[in-house]
Amino acid sequence: MNYDKTIGNKIFDGVNYVLLAIIGLATVLPFIYILAVSFTSPHEVAKGGFILFPKEWSLSAYEYIFSTDTLIKSLGVSIYITAVGTAINLLFTSLMAYPLARQTLRGRQTILLAVLFTMLFSGGMIPTYFVVKAMGLTNSLWSLMIPNAISAFNLIVLKNFFQQIPDGLEDSARIDGCNDVGVLFRIVLPLSMPALATFGLFYAVSHWNQFFNAIMYINDNNKWPVQVLLREIVILAQSRIGDTGFEETEIQPLTIRMAVIVFATIPILIVYPFLQKHFAKGVMLGSVKG
Amino acid sequence: MSTQNAEVSANNIDKKSKVLQRSAFAKDLIRDKWMYLMLLPGVLYFIIFKYVPMYGIIMAFQDYKPFLGIMNSPWVGVKHFERFFSEPQFWDLFRNTVLLAVYNLVFFFPLPIVLALMLNEVRSEKFKGFVQTLVYIPHFVSWVVVVGIFYILLTTEGGIFNELIFALTGTKIAFLLEPEWFRTMIVSQSIWKEVGWGTIIFLAALSGVDLQLYEAARMDGAGRWRQLWHITLPAIRGTIVILLILRLGNFLDSGFEHIFLMLTPTNRDVGEVFDTYVYVKGLTQSQFSYSAAVGLFKSAVGLFLVLGSNWLAKKFGQEGVY
Repeated sequence: MNYDKTIGNKIFDGVNYVLLAIIGLATVLPFIYILAVSFTSPHEVAKGGFILFPKEWSLSAYEYIFSTDTLIKSLGVSIYITAVGTAINLLFTSLMAYPLARQTLRGRQTILLAVLFTMLFSGGMIPTYFVVKAMGLTNSLWSLMIPNAISAFNLIVLKNFFQQIPDGLEDSARIDGCNDVGVLFRIVLPLSMPALATFGLFYAVSHWNQFFNAIMYINDNNKWPVQVLLREIVILAQSRIGDTGFEETEIQPLTIRMAVIVFATIPILIVYPFLQKHFAKGVMLGSVKG
Repeated sequence: MSTQNAEVSANNIDKKSKVLQRSAFAKDLIRDKWMYLMLLPGVLYFIIFKYVPMYGIIMAFQDYKPFLGIMNSPWVGVKHFERFFSEPQFWDLFRNTVLLAVYNLVFFFPLPIVLALMLNEVRSEKFKGFVQTLVYIPHFVSWVVVVGIFYILLTTEGGIFNELIFALTGTKIAFLLEPEWFRTMIVSQSIWKEVGWGTIIFLAALSGVDLQLYEAARMDGAGRWRQLWHITLPAIRGTIVILLILRLGNFLDSGFEHIFLMLTPTNRDVGEVFDTYVYVKGLTQSQFSYSAAVGLFKSAVGLFLVLGSNWLAKKFGQEGVY
């Protein structure tokens, strides 16, 4: 936008830039601080103060968290549910979205309405818990992947995306003797790679970040994803002060707590540039309108 | 051809068209058999994990015992609802939920609009993009990480904020344990995590504004504030109204995971909301039917609010979401 270069406008711009810079910093400084402290020697941390760059570098926090296999195991669990869970999400969502994108399919409207209704109303936590339990999924990692295999919202957006693909392309494949499954996997999905990448990233982030399903469905702490471990080490150990109902969890030194946060966050920061490239598109991919 | 023959053949044609109609249906099914096969896993998923739990809600009207199952558990009518509405805790939950929603509406809701307007005033695309890149990040990290970061920064035992407060005033504030800080903490965490992300929808609306409007306004001598007031704000008024209405539709959703993480034995009185109450009663105290009843109450009110707000949005001339 162009404005006259009056003094008032210059002050306006100046204040605006400074405020935005402060807001930007306020979002990233906590991350930088935590990363910096996790690499600082406990001796320097004990002196207190705001550390943005360690003077005395130390890997002791990381050596400590990798000295037992607790963190390694839970990182493994998180990576597993993220990889397998996202694959299941994408497969289930595209398999269902493609037939629903076909306007001539009988029963299409009924199914779409039924899907839409689940966005408005749900059985709630307790009945869902019993269904997952009755399926024999509790205490298995499947309970973190199957009960949220399809997001109704993503399904409808992907369906709308499939509808935009020109029919001519599909018809030519059909003439060549492809059935509908073949058309989906050979024509439609390869054409939809950008959309699939977007949904894949969003699904993956939600798998990596999930913790509540694990708290509900998984008792065995060998199967905890990293977020649950993080809650245990950083939040519960502190909030249980003065609470006698729980076994006392030892409060870990600051640097160690921070190192665990780093591991719970880093995968997100690694995929963030890709996410950023896609999410504007992803948000605008289609409307919810059936 | 005799007339009789003609009659017979007419009859045949009539029958045939019926058969044809039916077979058109069958033919469609056969033509799309692969389609239905592909639908199968998804349909099963929605039936098992979405619709069977809805059926399971009837446990709210029973004294559900897991070993008896839904089929054999005794019916008790609305006993659990009566109990819930007569519990003094009902009003605590109601107050906590409504207060958090109001706090969110007052303190959180305007901020993405303000931030979007600030970003919109930036002329350097590079700077704008850079700030956007930064403020979107927290949206993608988990609530566990966000709450964990707040715990580490605010703890009275070596947290950087309390060190600072101690240096200035000589006292420390237990932000995370004191009940009176609970709502402030919840709202500030929401602000830190989601305000940046919330600007996207407003920035999209702002990108559609015709730049000639500003040009014309300047010709007429409108200063910067007047342009903001008369051009920029009206451009996003519709978006603001619909988001406000949708927010009212989700009034009862206080962010379950977030609150669950922030609850401690000391702040339950101010922090417990309907969802966390369902969890505590149902899964930690095994009062399945009672907590299912509470859950049903919340979902039913939620459904009513969403449909109502959507109706309202349509009244305002906006396209509804459903």
